[in-house]
Amino acid sequence: MAISTSIWIWIAALLTLSIYSFLYKDNPFYKFSEKILVGISIGYTVSIYFHNTIIAKVWNPLVHDHNFLVIVPLILGLLMFSRLFKGKAYLSRIPIAFVVGTGCGMSIPSSFENLFKQVQGTMPQVFTIGNIIILIGVLSTLIYFFFSVEHKGIIGKVTRVGITFIMIGFGAAFGATIMARISLFIGRIQFLLGDWLGIIS
Amino acid sequence: MKRHLLLFLCMISISVFSQELIDSTNVALIDTAITEMQHSGIVLNVCDTPNDDGTSITIKWDINDSLKGYLMDIHRIHGECDTAIALDMNPEKGIHTDNMVHGGTNYMYYALFKKDDIVKKTDNSLPVKAIGQWFNKERFDSFIVLLLIAGAFAWFIYLAKKGKSFYIRKIAGLDAVEEAVGRSTEMGKPIMYLLGIGYVTDIPTIAGLTILGRVAKKAAEYDTRIMVPSYDPVVMTTAQEVVKEAFTEAGRPDAYRKEDTMYITQDQFGYAAGVDGMMMREKPGAIFLQGLFFAESLILAETGYSIGAIQIAGTTETAQLPFFVAACDYTLIGEEMMAASVYLEREPLMLGSIVAEDLIKIIIVFVLIIGFILGLLGHGFKIGFFTDMFEWLVRII
Repeated sequence: MAISTSIWIWIAALLTLSIYSFLYKDNPFYKFSEKILVGISIGYTVSIYFHNTIIAKVWNPLVHDHNFLVIVPLILGLLMFSRLFKGKAYLSRIPIAFVVGTGCGMSIPSSFENLFKQVQGTMPQVFTIGNIIILIGVLSTLIYFFFSVEHKGIIGKVTRVGITFIMIGFGAAFGATIMARISLFIGRIQFLLGDWLGIIS
Repeated sequence: MKRHLLLFLCMISISVFSQELIDSTNVALIDTAITEMQHSGIVLNVCDTPNDDGTSITIKWDINDSLKGYLMDIHRIHGECDTAIALDMNPEKGIHTDNMVHGGTNYMYYALFKKDDIVKKTDNSLPVKAIGQWFNKERFDSFIVLLLIAGAFAWFIYLAKKGKSFYIRKIAGLDAVEEAVGRSTEMGKPIMYLLGIGYVTDIPTIAGLTILGRVAKKAAEYDTRIMVPSYDPVVMTTAQEVVKEAFTEAGRPDAYRKEDTMYITQDQFGYAAGVDGMMMREKPGAIFLQGLFFAESLILAETGYSIGAIQIAGTTETAQLPFFVAACDYTLIGEEMMAASVYLEREPLMLGSIVAEDLIKIIIVFVLIIGFILGLLGHGFKIGFFTDMFEWLVRII
């Protein structure tokens, strides 16, 4: 294989190296690629919002389907722009309150359902050592998150078991995620050595 | 020339005739199939999907032995429009949900069963329309639990309002908030507060905003600059409000700088790159990472560590907590984040809700222990009564 002659491969490779140069220290190459990444991502997001929200959810329903109900969320959305006008900025609190309130309300039923599922999943139907360890782990971890009780005496001992279970869980999650990150890094190195420099096939 | 013309006409008539023959064969085949289908008694039962928002229709059918090994297509008819909504399905599934319908519009459905060259068709279903329901009856149990939990919260808040004092245990990471703000002040460096890449509807983001209020108040009292680079515009707007209010509460509204709570980008790694750059240039003395974090968590925490900032992290994302534990000075694990604002302010009202939460956890612990004992006696020792009790408990949950 030979070194790539595609301009896009060269741009991607140089930007990759610019981002990796941050591992040494902040430098003009990193600053350049950082600004490109941030700028392009903002432009892309604005474009996505314009097509997927303003056109698909406001313009089309209003103009083509004559669904005038969309005027309500449209007004709520427009109220966000009141922040640009001194003295009227307080109006932006209305859509924020609506979004926060709706979000909390919607998350409550699903949180309960998750709670039920976890309680149900912890009660063992088959007796194995694994199931007993799960039960001890769940109980002691739950007790660790008691805030109105001092972690002393028997509660203190149980919470130490709980935090041990938490740390074992974190260790396993850390290892699994690092493996995934290393595979991403390998992908980038393959791109640099293969697609760009042509050293490996 | 005449011969060629005759040959051409002959070929056209043969092709037209053969096409008619094929069509008539197909029609005959389908007709036969329809007759077979009607005899076999396959009927599509089509109804509005219950407990939904009125955007789906459920199609059910019972398969018989004569249709084993067939593949099934389902078609939706709306006016003149005939659309295939499912292709090559296994008919033994017995149910399909059409999620691509408009509420209040009449639709009809039919199915085709295919095997080799054989095609069998059902009758068209009766017209049906999707209607949204106000209440999801499947979540009635959640509603009951919600009432109980809300009752517990109301009771403890009432007690707190009456003046009953509640204890809250020490949370290590939060004792360090004052230390972190003080350290930044002494060094003459700003504080950076990151709310992660959650939206304002995410509970960790809301908890992060509450903690931001307390941190911003401390920063205002110490006359230290606080920067809040944001991922989402609505989170940014909310954060601006929170910081402004905190500065006003601290008696320093003049020190509030709106531009310090800024929008970066809504791209995950664009946000990480932008914040990393800011960290390297502004060199904050303390960094708070409180909110919803995903793959960018280690990138941010490592950069913060490399500039020597004191870091206090907190998230409910279990996959990211290990990175914070490894790279930050203090980490609030899961619910500690929710308790943080109570710990920092010690408002009696919020203390009441923490105690109510603990009560609910105690109930869960008891349910788990009872479930364990019933399971041990029922499934372990095979005592029928306890097996029934265990199954009953699982069913209730």
